Amino acid sequence: MQSCKGGGRMNNRKKEAVAGVLFAGPWIIGFIIFTLYPIVISLYYSFTKFSVFKPPVFVGLQSYKEIIGNDLFLKSLANTLYMAVFATPAGILFALVLALLLNMHIRGLSIYRTIFYIPTIVPQVASTILWVWILNARYGLLNNFLKMLGVYQPNWFQDPRFTKPALILMGLWTAGSSMVVLLAALQDVPRTLYEVADIDGANRWDKFIYVVLPSISPSVLYLLITGLIYNFQLFTPAWIIGESQGGLNQGVYGGPENSLMFYASFLYYNAFSYLKMGHASAMAWILFVITALVTWAAFKSSNKWVTYGGE
Amino acid sequence: MEVNKSMENSAANDIRTGAPRRKAFKTLLTHLCLSVITIIFIFPFIWMLSTSLKEFREASSLSLDLIPEKIMWQNYVDIFQKAPFGRYMINTVFLASVNVIGQVLTCSLVAYSLSHINWKGRKYLFPIIMATILLPYQVTMIPLYIIYNKLKLVGTYLPLIIPAFVAAPVYIFLMRQFFMTLPPSIVHAARIDGASHLKIYAAVVVPLSKNVFTAVGVFTFLNTWSDFMGPLIYLNKPELYTISIGLKSYIGEHNTEWHYVMAASTLATIPLIIIFFFAQKQFIEGINMTGIKG
Repeated sequence: MQSCKGGGRMNNRKKEAVAGVLFAGPWIIGFIIFTLYPIVISLYYSFTKFSVFKPPVFVGLQSYKEIIGNDLFLKSLANTLYMAVFATPAGILFALVLALLLNMHIRGLSIYRTIFYIPTIVPQVASTILWVWILNARYGLLNNFLKMLGVYQPNWFQDPRFTKPALILMGLWTAGSSMVVLLAALQDVPRTLYEVADIDGANRWDKFIYVVLPSISPSVLYLLITGLIYNFQLFTPAWIIGESQGGLNQGVYGGPENSLMFYASFLYYNAFSYLKMGHASAMAWILFVITALVTWAAFKSSNKWVTYGGE
Repeated sequence: MEVNKSMENSAANDIRTGAPRRKAFKTLLTHLCLSVITIIFIFPFIWMLSTSLKEFREASSLSLDLIPEKIMWQNYVDIFQKAPFGRYMINTVFLASVNVIGQVLTCSLVAYSLSHINWKGRKYLFPIIMATILLPYQVTMIPLYIIYNKLKLVGTYLPLIIPAFVAAPVYIFLMRQFFMTLPPSIVHAARIDGASHLKIYAAVVVPLSKNVFTAVGVFTFLNTWSDFMGPLIYLNKPELYTISIGLKSYIGEHNTEWHYVMAASTLATIPLIIIFFFAQKQFIEGINMTGIKG
């Protein structure tokens, strides 16, 4: 490089390296103190009995054994898997329907897009409270509407069969952020691909399966991974629903029959209600491993169903 | 060519007038679907507003009228007496503003290092930064609490502010993606003229990056405003509460006064919607760049 010649006393490459480290400094410091150290020490905590007030005592795998043998842990894991398995695809599918409708080359696209997006910026506490009100069994908007139609009206937040479906329903209202991602992907599908498909005599469905879906598959993979991670860490809505139902049950908000006890909630209660930091750390590490495995599996499987554009 | 093809198509499939009519029908059907969804999406907002303006008696009755019998602007005054809502607002605005400054400043510096400083380490740094996005918050949550507890910082804003000054990975990514679109020749030329990186960052890169700065700023503001778990863990005194935590004080154990809850929720939401409208362009661009959630 020519610029190397103008070097000065200090070697130019060294100078650039120093500048590089200094500019990246905030992240490097943060990474060491707020990520690397906590990761290591939390692994250590997970092998201890630790209540904050007294120093941690090493107990080996005892926390893991106790946690895995705890019914509430298993319940929270099952509830969380339920959400990961049902809420994630439901959200992506609904977002895809919205994005496809908006991709029909219609007028007023940006107005519709704005309207569908706005619910996602409502603070989660406010939107959860709002939906608790809408889904109120007696006075709620939805059940009164269902009554008008003469359809069965679930007792959304009292009946353990309906608490999680209610949560999924609420989640669809915030599908707007996924929709924006998918719409951008749809608009990036090269026109030539459609034209080639036309020449081949492809019908609408063929085009969707062989042209549209492969083209947007990287975005779907992205939404799948972020969606799974979000659902594995679900916390705020469950807390607010629990609190709104007045259901403080032995210091926790688990909803009816603990049907709203999620992994992150149970972890939080272990840490900050029961002060079992060892248990909570063990749970955090189990979550870490699950997240890593799920992400790895999603990436691994993506070889089969995700296509990256030729360019 | 376009014309040619469409003529061929219409000749093959339909009689002359069939195709445009079908297209018009399709457009109509799309608008119909979209309108129904629009109503469903907007209705919760209308219901929130409507409940917030009702009397207690009407709000907790079976009435589903959208227009309240008597419009109670008074509810919006009452909520300030029921809980220190003004205090919550000021606290939240303060916290969110400080965090915006922290994120925008530190993320842009790190992103500059990753995109316009020619050093070897950036090749290794970038994948590590991206990998940390996948790390569950819960893993670091407990050790960080222990640290802040030892430093006697639980019950202050510092545990909620300091993280914003060590650059969040998603925003570094967003900024880096944008900085990569700036031609390297600008930085190069300035380097040959003897300008320092700090000078180039401040005088060349920052002025060209208003949009991405706005995007990161708005995302940070919204996320801080809406954050629930952070304040739940660290803020133990009501006078420090942010809006997300403060909203809980309107939820009763047994009898929730829905007209007040909805009024408070409305006030918690309106500022964000206003900000969204001002920065909509940068906002949507930002999401398209990374797909991060607001």
